[in-house]
Amino acid sequence: MESFSPNSTFLYLVAGVVIVYVLAQSAFFLYKALRQGRALGIARSTLRKTFWSSALFSIMPAVSFLIGVISLSAFLGLPLPWIRLSVIGAITYELPAAESTARALQVPTNTLVADAGNFATIAWVMTLGILSGLLVILFGLRRIQSGLLSIKSKDERWGEIFVSALFMGMIAAFVGMLFADIRQGLSGWVPVAVALASALLMAVCGLLIKKLKWTWLEQYALPLCMLGGMALSLPLTAWMK
Amino acid sequence: MKNRPQSAVTPYLEQVHTWGRISMAIGLLVMLMVPASISLRYGAWPQMGPLLKGLLGVAPIFWTVGIIEAFTFAPMLGSGGSYLSFITGNLTSLKVPCALNAMEAAGVKASTPEGEVISTIAVAASSMTTTLVLTVGVLLLGQIRPVLERPELAPVFANILPALFGAMGAVYISKNPRLAVAPLVFMVALFIAVPSLSSSVGILVPVGALITLAVARVLYKQGKL
Repeated sequence: MESFSPNSTFLYLVAGVVIVYVLAQSAFFLYKALRQGRALGIARSTLRKTFWSSALFSIMPAVSFLIGVISLSAFLGLPLPWIRLSVIGAITYELPAAESTARALQVPTNTLVADAGNFATIAWVMTLGILSGLLVILFGLRRIQSGLLSIKSKDERWGEIFVSALFMGMIAAFVGMLFADIRQGLSGWVPVAVALASALLMAVCGLLIKKLKWTWLEQYALPLCMLGGMALSLPLTAWMK
Repeated sequence: MKNRPQSAVTPYLEQVHTWGRISMAIGLLVMLMVPASISLRYGAWPQMGPLLKGLLGVAPIFWTVGIIEAFTFAPMLGSGGSYLSFITGNLTSLKVPCALNAMEAAGVKASTPEGEVISTIAVAASSMTTTLVLTVGVLLLGQIRPVLERPELAPVFANILPALFGAMGAVYISKNPRLAVAPLVFMVALFIAVPSLSSSVGILVPVGALITLAVARVLYKQGKL
């Protein structure tokens, strides 16, 4: 049996298979959606802008996922965190899953796992502990979408309001979360200040689009405001901490 | 852009479900292949006690969150977007905002044929970008790591969600102020009262949605929406 290392070539090859699959699945759906978009008469420029603005929008969050990979790599090596944060996982799940198993195995999380059995146990927990959403979508999405279509076919306007209410529920939960630390004093207000700065940038973009007819900005306003808000977090943090 | 009502499952949607189920089933096998290949290659099968204890530490909450996310986000993401997002993950912090932004910018609504297409393109672009950034980052880790770990840059990465939801909030709250007030007041009060809830914000998304739906139903019946 081959000696084990969390950074072995074998694990990098496994990671390569996962990465190729994720890219291939995305490319396939992208191709089909682009064809369908053209069949529906959606302008090529709209389809192109949708792709590029979404790619731009995703770069900084992806860099933050890379920081998650780095933080887990001290314990699990590089390939497994790389795999896990490329599929399903988010650092908010992968870290507690790894820590929970490490506690059960009574191994420290600040040194590289050297035992193959411990590593395998952690990998199984990280994989099995978060499969529910995938299984619901795999076996139930058709039914969920049929239910939504049924609501919309009975009352088109209420169907639209229903989906808007779901958006708003998500936004309300995340905006509410920004206030979680305000009882810590001025430093706890930093997330709120960053959100307000980002909202202000979005208002400016809205004015530029409406008054100066900068319609090209419509697709890029959110990624640009997000990047602006993140950049402004530097002076805001320095000032408020 | 004109939105056609999606009142029935179209042939395209039928195909999306077929491709989606097949690709998701393969994706599930690929995911399970990772720990299975480690066990087979090194003859190291998981120890049952720690496996169950480890799962007990995360599965009750994350299986619940996963089920809730499927029912909450599928109507927003559409079918193609859902099949992709639930393989590549990071729904609340990336895929859902990305799809919503794309549909808003293109002037299409979720759950319409146009919304289905735009959401799928947005999620596919986002998934590919994330995967490529992670791959390049891992390959060039030696060069990138010192930059990413500079302490003066820490606030930038700590404030992705505030920057994202600040800008998104500005758009959606200004579009639907009547819908927004009640869930926002509730959530702000809840998080101030119980700050530790921020670690399980996923569970509170459907709570916010239910409050908004209740308010929306009342306003709709009164003819105010």
